[in-house]
Amino acid sequence: MNESQQLVARPQVTAAALPPSAPKMTIRNLDFFYGKFQGLKNINLTVAERRVTAFIGPSGCGKSTLLRTFNRMYSLYPGQRATGEILFNGRNMLESRVDLNMLRAKIGMVFQKPTPFPMSIYDNVAFGVRLYESLGQRDMDERVEWALTKAAMWEEAKDKLKQSGMALSGGQQQRLCIARAVAVKPEVLLLDEPTSALDPISTAKIEELITELKSDYTIAIVTHNMQQAARVSDFTAYMYLGELIEFGETDQIFLKPKRKETEDYITGRFG
Amino acid sequence: MSALYRKRVFVNRFNLVMSLATMAFGMLFLLWILGVLFWQGFAALGPTLFTEMTPPPGSAGGLANAILGSVLIVFVATFISTPIGIMAGIYLAEFGKTGWIAKATRFINDILLSAPSIVIGLFVYTIYVAEVNHFSGWAGSVALALIAVPVVVRTTENMLHLVPNSLREAAIALGAPMWKVILMVTLKAVRGGVITGVLLAVARMSGETAPLLFTALNNQFFSVDMNAPMANLPVVIFQFALSPYDDWRALAWAGALLITLAVLIINILARSVFRQATVR
Repeated sequence: MNESQQLVARPQVTAAALPPSAPKMTIRNLDFFYGKFQGLKNINLTVAERRVTAFIGPSGCGKSTLLRTFNRMYSLYPGQRATGEILFNGRNMLESRVDLNMLRAKIGMVFQKPTPFPMSIYDNVAFGVRLYESLGQRDMDERVEWALTKAAMWEEAKDKLKQSGMALSGGQQQRLCIARAVAVKPEVLLLDEPTSALDPISTAKIEELITELKSDYTIAIVTHNMQQAARVSDFTAYMYLGELIEFGETDQIFLKPKRKETEDYITGRFG
Repeated sequence: MSALYRKRVFVNRFNLVMSLATMAFGMLFLLWILGVLFWQGFAALGPTLFTEMTPPPGSAGGLANAILGSVLIVFVATFISTPIGIMAGIYLAEFGKTGWIAKATRFINDILLSAPSIVIGLFVYTIYVAEVNHFSGWAGSVALALIAVPVVVRTTENMLHLVPNSLREAAIALGAPMWKVILMVTLKAVRGGVITGVLLAVARMSGETAPLLFTALNNQFFSVDMNAPMANLPVVIFQFALSPYDDWRALAWAGALLITLAVLIINILARSVFRQATVR
């Protein structure tokens, strides 16, 4: 237990101290299949509004798969399917009639590897905005500045907005991707191991960013780094072999896990 | 130990020498061809080449009508084949990853890619020239386009396969519809490679003779009428080179040199476009 206590031994606002939060997404009886292989088994949990929910667990436990059901990313691939319910704004997003483009405009996603588009920094940020809003030049300039500021990129990017986004460093590219996702003002932000390809300084910047962003957005983050989960999240879900083993407030998961498996994993005695 | 080592050194040297020798053998003929071409071609080059028409035997002339005809026919063929080739390539890479239509298209495209060009010439002759009863520049362009399409399809598909899936997913995750993802992100990411493919197809078309023999044929006079038989460099070279007249054969050498230089320039252009687009 000592080690896990150290992980959270830092000044922070705990989830308990925040005002209670409404559920943003409710996942019920979610099963997921890659062909015949079942990747997720009967997942039930609630993603709280304007909180950070972290998903941890060993490789292959299904945490990324779960995240990719939230914006129906899996629908791109024939053979992948999900059953059950993901309630978002009161509607089940797994229904076949859901407009996927609109869903994805409301639920943004940032990936493990930075994915700048082959265009200027400005156009990268404006890309998503142009899809759903027709802003004048002034408004668009403001939106781009706003999004880059939110992603702690404005100072570095303001003098090279016309330069290619591909020419930035890895950490800058990832913050550009976050700016791009934030620019469309989604309701939920999904972060799939957003810092695993970055150095510690860039990682620290992005973690600060997550803490700031949660005042406006609901955030779900998949991470391999347990300290990161402890640092940035309000709620933590521990997954193993496609099952949700334990879900609760982050402090509780890290300090007083109810399940033996969770304790073994977070203290590094796993396996 | 040392005997084994000496043997290895010997085998290594022997193989190196043999591979160098085979390379030299191949290069010898290539340089021989280029050497003769440059020698004979430059001797026949002159300012009238670009101003005078193809002459009757025994009088002075140039290749102006053939140069213009070739440029026109190849330009129209590029205009026809580029959109078809790029769109088919997009279909194969982005939509038809597994379906049987894509598999069949890919298979037929591979056959077309290596089809003898004379077959394509005869095909266009049968369905077009024989139907309208006259040779024409349009028919020549159609035949050349049929040669270019598979090249463009193949390079476009291959280039799009190089785009990491994560880039596609990132654009889709913003709520972008598929056509915008393709036009603004994936195609844009490999535009250098796609342009290179188009340029290589142009180079391939520039030298084709057989398809034009059956379609555009030839024209002794200056003509920009795509609906009439049209002079073009490959067919002029073919006719003049086989003739018994020295001045015609000199013009054939000059024409061959022009095509070779044009293809060389297009290839260099394609390489530099590709490099610029990939280094970035």
